Amino acid sequence: MDYIIEGFKKAFIIIFSLDKEFLMIVFTSIKISFSSIFLAALFGIPFGIFVGAGKFKGRKLITTLLNTLMSLPTVVVGLLLYSLLSRRGPLGDMGILFTQTAIIAGQCILAFPIIAALVAAGVRNIGDDPLIAARLLGAGNVGSALLFLKEAKLIVITSTLAAFGRVFSEIGISMMLGGNIRFYTRNITTAIALESSRGAIGLGIALGLVLLAVAFLVNIIVYRFRGEEL
Amino acid sequence: MNRLKIIFSFIVILLCIFIRFTDAEETLRLATTTSTYETGLLDYILPVFEKEFGCEIHVISVGTGKALRLGENGDVDILLVHAPEAEKRFMKDEYGTDRRYVMHNDFVILGPEDDPAGIGELKKSTEAFKKIYASENIFVSRGDDSGTDKKEKSLWARAGLYPRGAWYLETGQGMNATLRVADEKRAYVMLDRATYLFNKDKVRLKILVEGDRDLLNPYGVIAVNPLKHPHVNHRLSLALVEWMTSSQCREMINKYEVNGDRLFYADDNSPVD
Repeated sequence: MDYIIEGFKKAFIIIFSLDKEFLMIVFTSIKISFSSIFLAALFGIPFGIFVGAGKFKGRKLITTLLNTLMSLPTVVVGLLLYSLLSRRGPLGDMGILFTQTAIIAGQCILAFPIIAALVAAGVRNIGDDPLIAARLLGAGNVGSALLFLKEAKLIVITSTLAAFGRVFSEIGISMMLGGNIRFYTRNITTAIALESSRGAIGLGIALGLVLLAVAFLVNIIVYRFRGEEL
Repeated sequence: MNRLKIIFSFIVILLCIFIRFTDAEETLRLATTTSTYETGLLDYILPVFEKEFGCEIHVISVGTGKALRLGENGDVDILLVHAPEAEKRFMKDEYGTDRRYVMHNDFVILGPEDDPAGIGELKKSTEAFKKIYASENIFVSRGDDSGTDKKEKSLWARAGLYPRGAWYLETGQGMNATLRVADEKRAYVMLDRATYLFNKDKVRLKILVEGDRDLLNPYGVIAVNPLKHPHVNHRLSLALVEWMTSSQCREMINKYEVNGDRLFYADDNSPVD
């Protein structure tokens, strides 16, 4: 028990003294996950709307594919990109293995299907009604698109946050593509893995608390957007 | 709802993200073993080099087997590893240049205090392995093709044994993690002395066999060959090879202590076969 209490004590000291290494790790995590979520949302949201609202052949197949990819294991993404990005691989000349860019690319692949699939499912539930109403009221293409986005706002936000939760807490991609380089690609999850193998749980607990706090924050935001009280 | 605020904070976040994307300084990628990195040695010595040469060293800490493969693939510029046989093969295949011994320590065999296999009195590591094999007490192995793993496998082979069975556990993880598993299971384990000393206060296992000449553990540095991989930073790699075998660095390595124990012994600047 002493061991755990000692760990928590150290964790609080690290958090409240704003330990430089601790802050750097948290900052790296935030920077990388924000970048990947931004990019994944940029492509995932329009694609999700397209799949959810569009009427074309093969829509069912794409939906099933997206749903399957939603549970893509991080180590599979890691392995795939690793073999592509290694100097031996077809994209080796880019030289981005073991950089933040590599992690971002991997996390994008992880987040894209989640955002696209959730947006598609949500948009389908909205149905055609708002669009038809807009047309009847004389709105043009841009007008109806804007109206549609307004209807879909909640879906877009909750989908993006769901993907963020997954990306922020994943470790497989960060470890395999980032290499856990100190002050560069070491993020919250890879640092926790390293610290626990070193047997020093203080920093690990501090970082774990940040992960929990972020998850909590994300949920609060979702609640707020739904207009519900906690 | 104050939309402006949201948009504004979004822009600020984006700026933060993209501004810091560029790597201003020259970087060097060093693949190394868990025993040199997780014991804190590299964090202790490398900043001096980084300052002197105005560069940033990205340390990727993996097992020796993986480190050598990263070198073969050209994914790193320089290696610090400990598997002499594999290193020689690496050099023979012309993947590396300028291999030097940097330092050494030794491997030790740990086990639970009551020593159920009775290896405590033995001098030879192979004899100890034979007794562990016969007793079928749990033995925890790295199983990850690291330098320690290669060494352990070679000792089993020299003892004429092929460990297999429910008592022989392979973790596939780094040395620290493997030691944790061995400690939790009150098992036997072979590891480098640096990792043991680093964890001395945190584990209950005791050193049972040490001092066998077969248990010597030399660490070598190798620059990746620019003829195989033109993009590697060979100039800076050579500078690091020189620096790691310099008297300044030797002194630092010899001075590095954890809990009052010296972990590594620097070697003189002799080129090796």
